[in-house]
Amino acid sequence: MTEAVRAPRRSIPNPLAGMEERRRQTVILAVIVVLALVYPLIYRPLSNAIPALPWPGTAVLVVCATFAILALGLNIVMGFAGLLDLGYVAFYAIGAYTTAFLASSHFGIHISWWIVLWIAVAAAAIFGVMLGAPTLKLRGDYLAIVTLGFGEIVRLVFRNLGDITIALPAFLGGAVILGPNANLTGGNVGINPIDPPIIPIPGPWGASIVFSNQNVIASWYLVLALLAITFFICRRLRDSKLGRAWMAIREDETAAAAMGINTVTTKLLAFSLGASFSGFAGAFTGAYNTAIFAETFSYNVSILVVIIIILGGIGSLRGVVIGAFALLYVDRALLPWLGDNIVNDPMHNLGVATGQQILADFKLTTYNYLLFGIVLVIMMIRRPEGLFPDAGAKAEMHGVGIAAEVTGATGDELTALGEIEEVSLDDAPIADTNGPPPEPPSTTTGPEAGT
Amino acid sequence: MEELVKALTIGVTNGLIIALIAIGYTLVYGILELINFAHADVFMLGTAFTYFATELIVHGIGIPASSTLALVVTLLALPIIMLMTATINASIERLAYRPLRNAPRLAPLISAIGMSFVLQNIGLLLLGPSQKAVEPVLPRTDLVFFPSGAAWFGVDEMIVVGVTVPLLLALRWFVASTRQGKAMRATAQDREASGLMGIDVNRTISLTFLIAGGLAGAAGLVVALYYGQKFFQYGLQFGLLSFTAAVMGGIGNLTGATLGGLFVGIVAAMSDRFIEAKWTSVIVFSLLILVLIFRPTGLLAEQQSERA
Repeated sequence: MTEAVRAPRRSIPNPLAGMEERRRQTVILAVIVVLALVYPLIYRPLSNAIPALPWPGTAVLVVCATFAILALGLNIVMGFAGLLDLGYVAFYAIGAYTTAFLASSHFGIHISWWIVLWIAVAAAAIFGVMLGAPTLKLRGDYLAIVTLGFGEIVRLVFRNLGDITIALPAFLGGAVILGPNANLTGGNVGINPIDPPIIPIPGPWGASIVFSNQNVIASWYLVLALLAITFFICRRLRDSKLGRAWMAIREDETAAAAMGINTVTTKLLAFSLGASFSGFAGAFTGAYNTAIFAETFSYNVSILVVIIIILGGIGSLRGVVIGAFALLYVDRALLPWLGDNIVNDPMHNLGVATGQQILADFKLTTYNYLLFGIVLVIMMIRRPEGLFPDAGAKAEMHGVGIAAEVTGATGDELTALGEIEEVSLDDAPIADTNGPPPEPPSTTTGPEAGT
Repeated sequence: MEELVKALTIGVTNGLIIALIAIGYTLVYGILELINFAHADVFMLGTAFTYFATELIVHGIGIPASSTLALVVTLLALPIIMLMTATINASIERLAYRPLRNAPRLAPLISAIGMSFVLQNIGLLLLGPSQKAVEPVLPRTDLVFFPSGAAWFGVDEMIVVGVTVPLLLALRWFVASTRQGKAMRATAQDREASGLMGIDVNRTISLTFLIAGGLAGAAGLVVALYYGQKFFQYGLQFGLLSFTAAVMGGIGNLTGATLGGLFVGIVAAMSDRFIEAKWTSVIVFSLLILVLIFRPTGLLAEQQSERA
């Protein structure tokens, strides 16, 4: 392994390149922010002017932004700390239900949303700790199953507690402790209506601004602000001591522990912080839709957020946000548009002609997860670092990590120069110089990282 | 008392089905350390193929649905259905898992989740979005009665046992006594060393997926006939039950998966009967979490140090 890493012939990076890059990024960011602020105002004229294109409505953008918050939160758990959570929807549900309990007529409690928001965040974080504390010692794939089970339990409990009777067994007297048929959570019918967030500023919009789905433009600005807060916090977390500790654990838990990182506390912090952002998004969604139903918090939502992260680039904040907007745009605007305008009618006619009821009832949007499933598999095989990865992650996934560390150059520069012919790690297969690049070595959780 | 025995009987019947699926999880996990999320959806495709087989037999050939002949012909279709699901399962390994064999540990797991969604949507395309009845090929005649005269179990339960138990025994024999079974056990223990000893690792892994897929197909046939329903989300429903069973028995352990299946089946039947059916999943998942927290090597746990 001694001469596995060859030093590139030219390894002095251009110091000006970084500055130009930063300036370019600032400009791009500014353009995006301006576009985001202006879009709801120009959406109507735009879609009237060019009706042939599937422009996303502002309501679609609100959903995109909500999922961007969810994805940023899960990114802390999955991207930074390297823990696979398949039940992330549980905390989303907990945030939404906390909001519903404290700001609706269901229990007759009407606390202002601006306060409820923080209670929902705290509730989600507490449940995150409760689930994480006993389970974080488990190995990666077992943790995935535990969280999946937890997500299902939370959904079923919220659904079932809409009609609950708890009574002592007959031989103890049969006294009814709860109920009969007590309705704690609204069951299948859900909780409706929930108080939306309100700012009592009078203006052309009325006596106060109401951030609900009746007023998507105002809600868009609110969710954009929430997204900005989330993004800022995530960025600071990533660059903090805690963020570096998470990444150290992700790379090698044993080594991280040896370096003095308390792995249990650090992982638990990732879990509960991730959960709290999910609760944050849940509090917004519940109040924005002014209604919640247990069935909307299904396993599919957890997986959708995972797909966003994989697509955007695991660990990359920018990538995750772009991924959320891209995927939810496809799901909520592009697929319905394609279905209505191009696919559904021919399929319907084909179904009628051949007598196949399933084809006659064909709706493209029903099969969105077919597309997402294929995306997931192809991404894992072809581009595991995602579409918009951080430079570091990209280098690492393509097995040039060590070379980059040695020379200080990024993986991009190295691969672009084509100066590395062979990189092999102890447990990686020897690269075939003519064939495809070697599969990346175990970087997330090696088999030896188990308990 | 009769109620308890009847619930226990239903539990054992369901447990045998769950065990068939659980063994698929355990076989694959044993050899690749991968939770094959798509496995339960392969099983779901098995129920779909069975549905099409019964449609063909009853409407295509015109054999009356509740005749003995229909049942016999459907059971003759079992090897074909098993072959189909086996091929699908092995193809999935080839397409979605083999390219990721040396990738970070979570990569094939995520790929498996993707495959699971792909198969689920194929099921949706084949079966439609709602739960519907399958032709009643399986006779529901009660055979054995309690002394009080109430029905205990019937032909349908006997046929479930008649299909599942021989398969479970055959698998046991195959893994314990044949050369290929030995190769599978060796590969599960140490893939690299088995390769050096001349075992064709890729072939052994493909064989494992074939066997797991075949058993899932058999479970699919039994479920479609015994429950008399088709549904594209059967994968998710039975998948989590079976995975719980595999974990309880100590994942990688064949006997464990069978006993785990029986245990989960009985717990679910008891909960259905004595608590409320809507809480059954909650109880089973809670059990899964508790087992993973307190006994991650399974309830049977021989010392399998690196397995959990």
